[in-house]
Amino acid sequence: MTRTKIIPDKYEKDILQIKKISNEMINDCMQCGKCTAGCPAITEMDILPHQILRHLQLGQFDKVIQSKTIWSCASCFTCAARCPRGVDLAKLMEAIRLINLRQKGNDRLKVQNIGQLMTDQKMPQQAVVSALRKYSK
Amino acid sequence: MRKIGVFVCWCGSNIAATVDVKQVVEEAKKMPGVAYAADYQYMCSEIGQNMMKEVIDKHNLDRVVVAACSPRMHENTFRRAAEEAGINPYLVEIANIREQCSWVHKDKEAGTEKAIALTRAAVAKVTLNSELVPGEIDVVKKALIIGGGIAGIQSALDIADAGYKVDIVEKTPSIGGKMAQLDKTFPTLDCSACILTPKMVDAAKHPNITLHTYSEVEKISGYVGNFNVQIKKKARYVDMDKCTGCRICTEKCPSKKAKSEFEEGLKNRGAVYIPFAQAVPNVPVIDTDECIKLKTGKCGLCEKLCPSNAIKFDDKDEIITEEYGAIVVASGYDIIDLNKFGEYQYDHPDVITSLEFERITNAAGPTNGKFLRPSDGEKPKKVVFIQCVGSRDKTERGKSYCSKICCMYTAKHSMLIKEKYPDIEAYVFYIDVRTPGKNFDEFQRRAVEKYGVQYIKGMVGKIFPEGKKLMVHGVDTMSGETLVIDADMVVLAAATKAKSDAIDLKRKLNISTDINNFFTEAHPKLRPVETASAGIYLAGACQGPKDIPETVAQSSAAAAKVIGLLNKSKLVNNPCVSAVDESLCSGCLACTEMCPYDAISYKNIEIDDHGKKIKKVVADVNEALCHGCGGCTVTCRPGAIDLKGFTNKQILAEVDAICH
Repeated sequence: MTRTKIIPDKYEKDILQIKKISNEMINDCMQCGKCTAGCPAITEMDILPHQILRHLQLGQFDKVIQSKTIWSCASCFTCAARCPRGVDLAKLMEAIRLINLRQKGNDRLKVQNIGQLMTDQKMPQQAVVSALRKYSK
Repeated sequence: MRKIGVFVCWCGSNIAATVDVKQVVEEAKKMPGVAYAADYQYMCSEIGQNMMKEVIDKHNLDRVVVAACSPRMHENTFRRAAEEAGINPYLVEIANIREQCSWVHKDKEAGTEKAIALTRAAVAKVTLNSELVPGEIDVVKKALIIGGGIAGIQSALDIADAGYKVDIVEKTPSIGGKMAQLDKTFPTLDCSACILTPKMVDAAKHPNITLHTYSEVEKISGYVGNFNVQIKKKARYVDMDKCTGCRICTEKCPSKKAKSEFEEGLKNRGAVYIPFAQAVPNVPVIDTDECIKLKTGKCGLCEKLCPSNAIKFDDKDEIITEEYGAIVVASGYDIIDLNKFGEYQYDHPDVITSLEFERITNAAGPTNGKFLRPSDGEKPKKVVFIQCVGSRDKTERGKSYCSKICCMYTAKHSMLIKEKYPDIEAYVFYIDVRTPGKNFDEFQRRAVEKYGVQYIKGMVGKIFPEGKKLMVHGVDTMSGETLVIDADMVVLAAATKAKSDAIDLKRKLNISTDINNFFTEAHPKLRPVETASAGIYLAGACQGPKDIPETVAQSSAAAAKVIGLLNKSKLVNNPCVSAVDESLCSGCLACTEMCPYDAISYKNIEIDDHGKKIKKVVADVNEALCHGCGGCTVTCRPGAIDLKGFTNKQILAEVDAICH
């Protein structure tokens, strides 16, 4: 077991960015765990949803960005609907995914290929945007 | 020229940190009429007050301005000090440079500037102040208690024991309230009925107490010492004097479809019913929505069977009017509606609230005290308790506050199960355990250490009924383990909330409520049982979530305040009331329309207009009823009404001084 030293300001910028993208109040969470208890995707997760939030509260951005959990989250919003504190954890997960993509900078779907895809009139634009982001890991 | 003294308070660092008090003093010295100005660290202290008195005497001051905290806090303190120094107390003005300057500003320069402006306004106003002498009002030596739960009963007994008459108005057919529904009480595990019912009987038998059950407060007017209250006594359809409580009517009533309120809907009752065995008064009442006779004209079986002719189907609602000197509000609480929490399946018969649990374990309850599932009457093997259902919930489904009593009663419930049936497994899902009362934490730990109740820190996410079982999906946040428990019963500790009709009562009483509709005390620390309206006091959970020991303590405290009030032969009136200049009044009586206290009426007078006698109508203020709100003064078109102590001239002088 490794001991983690909490350096509060180390990832201040990243945490701020998460707050900015999601517009959620991380400190409103009182760690009741209802998000985890109701989550349908926990079997695929290495860090439980409420633990993701706790890591964010402690400023441990590195742990959350490296976790499998953020990619297992199905954005079903069950956690958000049931949270007694009104914290939308699904939004936070999306914000972390976005930061990951922005930091990596290479999308799976190349921008130059979009034109080709769009000639197919039946392809919804939203699907293209999703593909750009979600499959880039 | 006036001789005004200005005293600037530091309030320790409360004011001095953001306001340059020395500069305020220097500026004050230059203001017209100011003969003396000084600052002191704590003006409200004995030394500060003595300093004020000495200066008044030495410099022959005739008016005083204190630049300090809110007048709500210490206006009376300084008025009294001035009076002791020989000045009429209404020649004292407060400039609120704490709440309005230092507490809201960070910039010392801006704060100081505002403090000087407010002091200048107070000086300008006090220059025009005149001596006021309060009048006296009589006190009706009788108190009204709204609500007949443990809070109301305790207050009533205390006041009645002190020798004053007390009336209890209770909405339901019996007194006793929520406590009567409970099985055991924490932390001593006393039988609730055993400690409550003797008190109910005491209240009913006390020569000084009158019970108005099945009654509601309809209208309240008047003021401290002289409240005029209309009480609606709902038609009971049973003659209270004739009824012997034999219960033939309740047993034979053919209509048995109504859910018993007392049994939390777990049992049916007849259309004619006594809420519970120990009800006080032990007289049935007929439910108009259920009674076949009242709905269709047929039946009337109870009337035929009653051996004492007590049933009277022609009974009518009755309104009685009573006078009271003081009112105690003890209207209690409710629990929230759980239908919004779909994930907890409250519509499933085996998912119950804690109050329903109390009935199920109660020996007099629907299962005669046997712990059985409501769905099939079988004995459960696993019971899951879920705490904070809707409490500490900031979303619109719940209540943002902690309901305070659930940690303790859930520990109590789990212990009661384990005591009776050691083979039943009990699990408690909690977020935090909050048990700060006397012997409370020991009580909760006993559930864990002695009875082996499994406490799991974490919330339940969802409950799925599967066959006869309820699959409870939860998490142990400590170990990070997700759990599924195949429970037979789930008990939800639902959040408490203010009574749904609290807002109605607040309007009738002219008192205030907080954001959650609980009644607000006059001061959270120093006046916890009083409201901002004189003569109206609070007791119990209508003020916020409270357990029984706290409720009883507060009820006795409210009673002590009432006794103190009723003990006075005369009350001193607020002299800051409105006055009519009859020569200016045009008799339009717009003021009578707007007065919220019905304090203004009219009278016919005869005036001498250059030798000609003219009759005219003018507004007439009842000084005892006037609260000095000032509404009439701004309504008055000819400007004939002025508020003593806050005249138009004084207010304009203040405005001029600020715009200086």
